[in-house]
Amino acid sequence: MNRYRTDKFARGLIYTIVGAIIALIAIFIGYLLVQGWSTISWSFLTTASDDGLGIRDQLFNSLYLLILTLLLSFPIALGSAIALTIYGKKSRFAAIAEMAIQALSSLPSIIIGLFGFLLLVLKFKIGFSVLSGAIALTFFNLPILTQSISLAIATVPEARMTAGVSLGVSKWHTITKVILPEAMPGMISGIVLSAGRVFGEAAALIYTAGQSAPKLDYFNWNIFDANSFLNPLRPAETLAVHIWKVNTEGLGANAEAISKGTIVILILTILAFNLLARQLSRRLQRKIYH
Amino acid sequence: MKEDKLFARSKEIRQDNWGRLLCYISVTILLLLVVTIVYFISSKGLQTFTKNHVNVWSFLTTADWNTSLDAHGHADIGALALITTSFSTTMLAAAMATPLAFVIAIYVVALKPKFGQRFVQPVIELLLGIPSVVYGFIGLTVLVPIIRGRFGGTGFGILAGALILALMILPTITSLSIESLRSVDPSYQKFAYTLGCTHWQMIYHVMLRISAKKLMIAVIYGIARAFGEALAVQMVIGNTVQMPTSLVSPTATLTSKLTTDIGNTIDGTLPNNALWTLALILLLISLAFNLIVKGFTRGGEAK
Repeated sequence: MNRYRTDKFARGLIYTIVGAIIALIAIFIGYLLVQGWSTISWSFLTTASDDGLGIRDQLFNSLYLLILTLLLSFPIALGSAIALTIYGKKSRFAAIAEMAIQALSSLPSIIIGLFGFLLLVLKFKIGFSVLSGAIALTFFNLPILTQSISLAIATVPEARMTAGVSLGVSKWHTITKVILPEAMPGMISGIVLSAGRVFGEAAALIYTAGQSAPKLDYFNWNIFDANSFLNPLRPAETLAVHIWKVNTEGLGANAEAISKGTIVILILTILAFNLLARQLSRRLQRKIYH
Repeated sequence: MKEDKLFARSKEIRQDNWGRLLCYISVTILLLLVVTIVYFISSKGLQTFTKNHVNVWSFLTTADWNTSLDAHGHADIGALALITTSFSTTMLAAAMATPLAFVIAIYVVALKPKFGQRFVQPVIELLLGIPSVVYGFIGLTVLVPIIRGRFGGTGFGILAGALILALMILPTITSLSIESLRSVDPSYQKFAYTLGCTHWQMIYHVMLRISAKKLMIAVIYGIARAFGEALAVQMVIGNTVQMPTSLVSPTATLTSKLTTDIGNTIDGTLPNNALWTLALILLLISLAFNLIVKGFTRGGEAK
C-alpha cells in the first residue's frame, strides 16, 4: 500500500505549499493596502507634489499617457492583427511578421525605453515629454496588443469568412461587419489588460517621459503653454516613475509615505482594470450569443 | 461604355484593396520598428569597439568597469561582473520560483480545478499585473532590512534581487504552466485512473511527462522576464560594479547599470558608448532566449 501513502503525502505537501503561498500573497497585498491607506486623502490626490505629498499631476500624467498610448497603438495593432490572421493567413510573410512580433514582445522594457530615448529624445529632439513617453509606451504595448487581438480574431469560426465570400461581399466588409463584432469581447479584454500593464510601466518611461512633473494648470486649455495640462511637449512623470524616483533619490521621511499611498492607487487601478476586463468580456459575450 | 463597366473593378474589390493596404501598412510599421531597434542599439553599442577601440574579448572577460583612458587613449573596461551578476540573480530567482509555480499549477489543474480557477488563478493574475516598482519598493523597505539583520552586510545584493525577481516571475511561470498542464488531453488522465493510478501517479507519470516541454518553455519565459527586469532589481542590488563575492555583497546587473547611468553620461563618450554596449548585450541575450523558446516549440511539434 506504499503508493497510496506516497499519494497522500504528495497531495498533503501540495496543499500545504499552495496554502502557504496564497497566504503569503494575501499578506503581501494586504500589507501594501493597509500601509498606504493612511496616506490617502482628498488632498493627497488633489495637490501637486511641490506642495508636499500630493500626486495630482502624476495621476493625471499616468491617465493622459495611457489614453494617448491606447489611441496610438490600437489602430496599428488592429490592422496588424487583421493582416496576420485573415489577409496573410498561413503566408510566409505572416510567419516572419509573427516571429518579429514575438521577438519584440520579449524585449525588456528598459531596452524599449532606451531605444525611445535614442530615437525620440536624442535624434528627433522631442525632449523628455508626454509625446516621447506615449510613443515609447506604444512600442512597448504594440506586440502584446497585436497578439491578444489576433487571438480574439482567431476564435471566430472560419465559416464566417466563407459565408461572406459566397454572398459576394468583399473580405473587408465581412471583417468589419461580422468578424470584428464577434471578436469584440476578446479584443476588449485584451485592451483593458494591456491598459493595466501600460499604467504600471516605469522602465520604458524614465528616459522618455522624464522624471519631473511640472506643476500643471488645469484651466489652461492652450496646448502650447508650458504649464497647460494638455501640452504634449512637457515632461510627464507618472505614478510608477514617481515611486521609483522618490525611493532612489532618498528624499528622506516623506519618500515612504508617498510611495505607500501611490502604490495603493496603482494596485487599486490595476485591480479595477482586471475586474473590468473580466466583466466586459462576460457581458459582451452574453449579448452576442443570446 | 458598357464594356468599361464590366471590366472595371467593383466597389467591393476597391474597398477590399484599401482595407488590405491599411492592414499591411500596420504590419510594416511593426516590422520596421523591430529592425530599427536592432539597428540603432547595435550601431550605438558597437562604437565602443569601433571608435573607442576596446577589445571585444577583454570587454566580455574582465570585471573592472574602468571608463578612464590611459596615456595611449586606450580604455580597460570590462562587463564581466555585470554579466555574472545578471545571470546568477536570474538563475537563483528561477530556481526558487519554478518548483513553487509547478506546485500551484498542479493544484489548480489536477487537484482542485474549481476552487483553483475561481480563486487561486485570479490571485495569480493580480500578482502578474502589479508593477515592477512596487516589487522594488517592497524589496527596499522590507526585504533589505531583514537580510541586513539576518546575514549582515548592507542587505543589498544578489539575494535581495533574486528573492524579488522570484516573487515577480512566480505568476509568469505559474500561469504559463497552468496553460500547459491544461492542454494535456483529459482522456490520458482517465486512462491513467482506469489503470488504477493514484492522483500523484497520474500527475507525475502522465501529466508532467506529457507537458514537460511546455513547462520548460514556461520556465524560460520566466527567466527571460527576470533577466530583463530593470527597476525592481536596481532598487535592491546595491549598484556598485564589482564581482559578487557573496549573496549579500552589493553589486550591479546589466539592467541596473543602464538604468542608473545612461542619464549621467555624455552622448558619444566612452562611458556612454560602453553603456550602449551593455544594452546590445541585453538585446542579444533576450533574442537568444526567444530562439531557445522557438527551438523547444518546434521540437514539440515534430513529436
